[in-house]
Amino acid sequence: MKQLVILSGKGGTGKTSVTAAFGYLAALDGNQIRVILVDADVDASNLELVLEPEKLEKHEFAGGKVAEIDQELCINCGDCKQICRFDAIHEVDLSYEIDTFACDGCGACVYQCPTNAIHMNPQMAGYWYWSNTPYGPLFHAALRPGQENSGKLVTMVKQQARLLALDEGYQLVLVDGPPGIGCPVISAVSGADLALIVVEPTVAGVHDMQRVLETTDHFNVPAAVCINKADIFPEESTEIESFCRDNGIQVLGRIPFDPMVTESMVQGKTVTFYQPNAPSSQALKKIWSRIVEMLEDDA
Amino acid sequence: MIIAVASGKGGTGKTTIATGLALSLSDVGITVSLMDCDVEAPNAHLFLQPSIDQHAPVNVQIPEVNANLCSGSGRCAEVCEFHAIVTLGGKTLVFPELCHGCGSCTLVCPEQAITEIPNQVGVLEAGMTGGGIHFSRGVLDVGEPMAVPVITQLKNWNNGNNVDLIIRDSPPGTSCPVVASISGTDYVFLVTEPTPFGLHDLRLAFELTEELGIPAGVIINRDGIGDTKIDEFCLENEIPILMRIPFERKISEGIARGKSLVEINPEYVKEFQSVFDQIHQMVNSKKVRT
Repeated sequence: MKQLVILSGKGGTGKTSVTAAFGYLAALDGNQIRVILVDADVDASNLELVLEPEKLEKHEFAGGKVAEIDQELCINCGDCKQICRFDAIHEVDLSYEIDTFACDGCGACVYQCPTNAIHMNPQMAGYWYWSNTPYGPLFHAALRPGQENSGKLVTMVKQQARLLALDEGYQLVLVDGPPGIGCPVISAVSGADLALIVVEPTVAGVHDMQRVLETTDHFNVPAAVCINKADIFPEESTEIESFCRDNGIQVLGRIPFDPMVTESMVQGKTVTFYQPNAPSSQALKKIWSRIVEMLEDDA
Repeated sequence: MIIAVASGKGGTGKTTIATGLALSLSDVGITVSLMDCDVEAPNAHLFLQPSIDQHAPVNVQIPEVNANLCSGSGRCAEVCEFHAIVTLGGKTLVFPELCHGCGSCTLVCPEQAITEIPNQVGVLEAGMTGGGIHFSRGVLDVGEPMAVPVITQLKNWNNGNNVDLIIRDSPPGTSCPVVASISGTDYVFLVTEPTPFGLHDLRLAFELTEELGIPAGVIINRDGIGDTKIDEFCLENEIPILMRIPFERKISEGIARGKSLVEINPEYVKEFQSVFDQIHQMVNSKKVRT
């Protein structure tokens, strides 16, 4: 059982579109590779919008904790505010209040309070779901806006996918990763056999690709690259290919800019299903074949 | 005044708008500081090309345990909400990457065996652009999980000395790095694209601005590529649409090459100036009333 995670560094390069496209292609392969899909972009989760999921299970996700001051016990000494390193306790009209967004959930105030007036409340930070799609199972989540612990929720959905994969003999867990390089990405990439970086040939895209490649390298996850909307700056696409060649990273293909990707998204479908002859679909098919080869070679 | 540029969905054009706004206002003598709060993947410097001449490390205070004083009580591990300090067989181990730097363990250790040492997680940089825009950014070190301490320290570091406007270029998403970037601002620009992904994430981002009590307006980038549901959403929720940027391939190609929106299409300069005037008036009249 292998794990492929789709990353980018920069947001909006096409990770979700590529993941969904692959999900369809894998299903088309006649069950040669049975895939479980995971949406690890838990605070902006879009994969479900093009996979027509049918929700099977919904689970609460308990994130961190938030402090609460019992005003009856509080003697307004202000020790809590002094100790708080997250600027989460404010003096309001001679009493003290917690800023629940700023509160880090560390509990330092609880231990400082001379009258035990503060306790920590667990936060219901969001939900995770197990759904069925026409292309296989999907694990996804919705972190409530403003919540912390996105990394924890990513780990949760991946673990659930992995358990099902092992239980029922799926060959691949395909993870739609979040943008950036911080804790949700680190959770997404942990344990992956391969990271596919979807890069656009833009100065910003290349800058962030380099950061995410440093990240996959840091966590010892092998990486490959594909170039999306490659024709908007073909010289940069060529530069990316040179850079990757110089650094021993395989470029699996170029996908042309194709309005059909958006058109299929608007219809709630993935482009490889909606318009298999579209230029982007053709390119995605070739890239998917190369990925299958890479994952098989590795085995 | 402080304006944040956020989105929900990645790649909608936050940096494009933030830098376009900065360049348009400095044109008419408004002093601007652009603060790149997307510390995981900062890009604004690529378009503004500042001369960076100030640096500072971002440190989180992490515990260091004096093994000679440690009695193996495990009290530190009991209070740590993040499993960053554990006691095994009488020895205490610290996991710096999990540590939030709250200081709880240090406070409760019965033997006072813990001191705090700085652990670098990122850097801050600042400088001026050729056109007189003050610029600052935070950069999270590769391999470090937590963006929030970098953003928090960036906000309190170097704001350009009483500029008329601070623009915070925010990260994508709606979780804690975005909260850190937009909290304390007077207004949030929500940059979106007219597609199902754009709308889905805009709803979440807008909900966040409502929870934080910060007024928001929408900027629709790549207008015309998808459908009109963003317009419907804004109408239903009485969210002003401040600006529309119709999709043009030449804009994508220019931005790919590192050009700012206003360099590619100078007619947007007046639009940015007019949006600023509108928001400035609105924010000031609110301040007078409260």
